[in-house]
Amino acid sequence: MSKELLRMDHITKTFPGVKALDDVNFSVQEGEIHALVGENGAGKSTLMKVLSGTWPYGSYEGKVIYDGEECHFKTIKDSEKKGIAVIHQELALIPYMTIAENMFLGNEKGKSYNINWDLEYAEAAKYLKQVGLNENPRTLIKDIGTGKQQMVEIAKALSKQARLLILDEPTSSLNETESRALLDLLLEFKKQGLTSIIISHKINEISYVADTITIIRDGSSIGESLVKGRDEITDDIIIQRMVGRELTNRFPAREKKDFSNAPVALEAKHWNVYHPVYTDKKVVDDVSFKVHKGEVVGIAGLMGAGRTELMMSLFGRTYGVNISGEMYLNGEKVELKSARDAIDHKFAYVTEDRKGNGLILSKTIRENTSLANMAGISSKRGVIDIDKETAVAKEYAQKLKTKCPTVEQNVGNLSGGNQQKVLLSKWMFAEPDVLVLDEPTRGIDVGAKYEIYCIINDLVSEGKSVIMVSSELPEVLGMSDRIYVMNEGRMVGELSAEEATQENIMAKIVRTD
Amino acid sequence: MNAKKALTKYAMTIATVIVIIFFTFATGGKLILPQNVNNLIAQNAYVFILATGMLLCILTGGNIDLSVGSILCLVGAVGAVMMVNFKLPIFLAIIVMIIIGLIIGTLQGTYIAYIGVPPFIATLAGMFAWRGLANQILQGLTISPMPDNFANLFNSYVPDIFGGGEGFNITCFVVGVIICVVYVIYTFLSRKTKESKGYEVEALTPTLIKMVIICAVVLWFMWKLAQYKGIPVILIWVAVIVAIYTYITEKTTTGRYFYAVGGNRAATEMSGINTKKVYFIAYLNMAFLSAVAAMVTMARLNSANPTAGTNYEMDAIGSCFIGGASAYGGTGSTLGVVVGAVLMGVLNLGMSIMGVDMNWQKVVKGTVLLVAVIFDVVSKKKS
Repeated sequence: MSKELLRMDHITKTFPGVKALDDVNFSVQEGEIHALVGENGAGKSTLMKVLSGTWPYGSYEGKVIYDGEECHFKTIKDSEKKGIAVIHQELALIPYMTIAENMFLGNEKGKSYNINWDLEYAEAAKYLKQVGLNENPRTLIKDIGTGKQQMVEIAKALSKQARLLILDEPTSSLNETESRALLDLLLEFKKQGLTSIIISHKINEISYVADTITIIRDGSSIGESLVKGRDEITDDIIIQRMVGRELTNRFPAREKKDFSNAPVALEAKHWNVYHPVYTDKKVVDDVSFKVHKGEVVGIAGLMGAGRTELMMSLFGRTYGVNISGEMYLNGEKVELKSARDAIDHKFAYVTEDRKGNGLILSKTIRENTSLANMAGISSKRGVIDIDKETAVAKEYAQKLKTKCPTVEQNVGNLSGGNQQKVLLSKWMFAEPDVLVLDEPTRGIDVGAKYEIYCIINDLVSEGKSVIMVSSELPEVLGMSDRIYVMNEGRMVGELSAEEATQENIMAKIVRTD
Repeated sequence: MNAKKALTKYAMTIATVIVIIFFTFATGGKLILPQNVNNLIAQNAYVFILATGMLLCILTGGNIDLSVGSILCLVGAVGAVMMVNFKLPIFLAIIVMIIIGLIIGTLQGTYIAYIGVPPFIATLAGMFAWRGLANQILQGLTISPMPDNFANLFNSYVPDIFGGGEGFNITCFVVGVIICVVYVIYTFLSRKTKESKGYEVEALTPTLIKMVIICAVVLWFMWKLAQYKGIPVILIWVAVIVAIYTYITEKTTTGRYFYAVGGNRAATEMSGINTKKVYFIAYLNMAFLSAVAAMVTMARLNSANPTAGTNYEMDAIGSCFIGGASAYGGTGSTLGVVVGAVLMGVLNLGMSIMGVDMNWQKVVKGTVLLVAVIFDVVSKKKS
């Protein structure tokens, strides 16, 4: 058989507090298409970053052996020189530059003081032809669709004389035809001797192109790699390896109930949302769901499934365009036009992106706590009672066990878990009836997670309803009374607490076409 | 540790004191002659007024308003033509001047907040356009003098009701004493209410130290003014405006929104706050204060002229940044800006008394601005 092109031996990579990769072994044969499969956060991208030199040699343990010699990549440039090219999930193209300019960015033809544009455009045209993209290299990137942009990325990689192509979820933003074209292109390249690693969790895609499959879970490679023709490869085997984590007692006790007779707190019917920039792209597709009073509803799915987009569009249309559908709060039809409107209707959205649109990091705990309910700490004329504000901030800091010397501490100086608690304080102080918690435990340690779960239980015991969006299956299973599964903008399943397992949720996700 | 924190917090105040001491010696005591203390206020009144407004713009995210000098010139031109050429009543002119300020503010606020023109460009356009319009109205000429009644509104002194003797205005000093007494009583009363409601109170020693320093400064300042002509009316204007804006920025929800938008616009919006309105108010208010500053400047110069207000925006912006406003928005205080304006004023006055060449004065001012911002950036990185 063909020779081994890449071997990664005993790779361990730690971030402060987290072991992202734990003794991973990974081997790729020359000329094959190798699929790397795993949940969000399993460590796939980290492994590829070690390979490409994004995490420089010395910041991890273990050996990277490429083309028969051990490599010490310090930067991405080093790995590029060896012919390793990475195509990221989020495209790294500049919209207002032409295809050719993007292709040779940082690698311009001619002299640094005199770019040879004629040569550059001619070369670009050559590579575009190779990937089967029928576009003028002088076209601006913004004027071509996402599918074609992906092709430009691949052409860019080829222009760097790539021998090993790494594609990080290349089809996540493509439609079916585009995806198929891309996969066929990979097969075409394989015939020409190019090796590729494809990161994906779409099982139909993987079984279509991959020769070998390696599954990663929680920073470790699980079992021997599966080789097409040698091992039995079925969906069930892959799913089991992806999710086979043990469900330990990490969740505070709360009796799970069937709430179907309880009054409905929030309901959405036939909800559709389009992307704000690519307005023809539907990010939420005919979604209907409901939450009862006192219920915890989990929304499972992978990143990019449209869950955040769904919730934000419900929260006063703070995301998306051309939103259509009906929304009911406590049985009453509402049309929320802004975040203010949503808050006034006692509906709150606690963001997944606490640094981006959740907290003001340069401001104190006190100022952050009151931000969504300034009326609660000021007079009718808008004069703030700072003493009252301080008292409120302290009350919530105590209630949620936020660790801070004083509430005058800047939020930016707190740990992730404590920031999350301040974010929760802010929304609890706004006194909503329905709370959406989007990835409420992302990036925080186990102890703080447990405390957040306790807070969720307290909230529902007060008769509030919680919608928990989470990519961590154990968390969804451990906390929810009912679970919806979302994928590619659609609701693909609804499960009660008893019938839900990691396997059947994951199966619903990976089997949707 | 605590002393270090206090040192960082009051760095600009301490720097200002050092600069004052330096110039006092360098000018052989001329800097603190009663007349010069008076001039510090009178000459820089416009800076205080414009800088309080500029702070709001800067708070929203380091945005500045370049058009204030030109608005000032245009408002002044219209006012002068009304009062001097057409001999219209003063109050009518004042109302029209304020309305012009508000109209300009509404225009600029609308395209910045609701159309999304970057503030820098919107106000750069205003900087050209309003000055051009002003010169058209003035036809390139200077209009003077202003009616006495108008000038007196800003340029006179509070008469001495106690009829103090030659060279000492008793009223002025008495007012200083009253301010101190009220301040001390207020501080203790608010401590008491806090205690009675069970809220935490600041330790007594720092409160007392602060109180003693503030009272000493107020008394010294009023003592100096008393030796000249008493309380200049312009000081009252400046004090009232600074007080109002300190109150708005520190005590009201509207004020809080400026800090929130500058700190994180997305998070503010998601908290149900209308961020566009915040931008709109910032620029509407800036134009309004420009109109007020226009009147102050007309009264002081006793004229309206085509170059009035040139570079005033730079004085205001400089004061804000020297006074600790962040160039990225979200931090800064009205009182900090006052300190910044005082520091700039002392530099101007001190160097002028010493007879330093105008060009070198600019070099010094530029350097001070740069050092202040470097200090701000570095001390933030460390914390």
